[in-house]
Amino acid sequence: MHIAEGYLPPLHAAAWTVVAAPFVVHGARAVVKQVREDPDTKLLLGAAGAFAFVLSALKIPSVTGSSSHPTGTGLGAILFRPPVMALLGTIVLVFQALLIAHGGITTLGANAFSMAIVGPWVAYAVFVLVRRLGGGLSVGVFLAASLADLATYSTTSVQLALAYPDATSGVLGSVVKFGTIFSVTQIPLAVCEGLLTVLIVRLLVKVSPDELRRLGVLRRPATTSAPQEV
Amino acid sequence: MSRSTLVNWLLVLAVLVIAVVPLVFIGSETEFGGADGLAVEQIEADNPGFEPWFTPLFEPESETASTLFALQAAIGAGFLGYLFGSLTTRRRLASRVPAPDDPT
Repeated sequence: MHIAEGYLPPLHAAAWTVVAAPFVVHGARAVVKQVREDPDTKLLLGAAGAFAFVLSALKIPSVTGSSSHPTGTGLGAILFRPPVMALLGTIVLVFQALLIAHGGITTLGANAFSMAIVGPWVAYAVFVLVRRLGGGLSVGVFLAASLADLATYSTTSVQLALAYPDATSGVLGSVVKFGTIFSVTQIPLAVCEGLLTVLIVRLLVKVSPDELRRLGVLRRPATTSAPQEV
Repeated sequence: MSRSTLVNWLLVLAVLVIAVVPLVFIGSETEFGGADGLAVEQIEADNPGFEPWFTPLFEPESETASTLFALQAAIGAGFLGYLFGSLTTRRRLASRVPAPDDPT
């Protein structure tokens, strides 16, 4: 989902930056607010950031014969609502743009929009929906994280299609073209991301159930000895 | 091994299987280039003579880049490990302190 440096026309690059910037600023305030209001969740917030940091570095081969990486942004969106991930995801992207030349500064706005904004909001919406419909925690987390991953890569496909419409079939034809490169490759990786996010949530439920209840991720009322919902 | 631990290991195993299957079955026919790079090639193929209008200020060789990717994963994993340790310790210490109205 990293659009390479200089590969979005200046107008598109500027437009996506303008669109993404308010989300990132809002996200920064959300992080500060979260830490101030509930300092006990600081470690979980760090875990959400670290998880995105690890997962977005893992290039995994896919059945299409190319490889790609998960995004890791679903976890933080589920735990802390999406705004915090707008900041944390963008920090990951800046690191990769400056140190690894993966993505870029001119394309940071577009990449932040797909990975740090669209992905987290899809994760949160799916998670809330599954839980409302009576789905279990693991089902909700799995669907949220994997669909967020797919949504991120589909957003990238649309962004590139808008910048480079196909000469004959237009933007739609181009969406299919870039979608084949990104979204199809991403399907098994999205499953991986869903499974890994379920794994980390299971581990977090063990070590931090009280905070997860306070954040609304776990439902049962706080009792120290009750069996934990997994 | 508890059931919960078993499920966790099965999750890890499932991820490994998904990652390894393409390598085993179509591994000899492809180099598994990054999808990001394929998108760049597609753009260049559709727009002959295309030149990016901005280039990275610092661009590591591919070998160095793989080190940096590993470093990124290591930093994140190290931090995750530290956080899990902290959370576990905090929980253990908290459960030792009796509540004010707790007779024990």
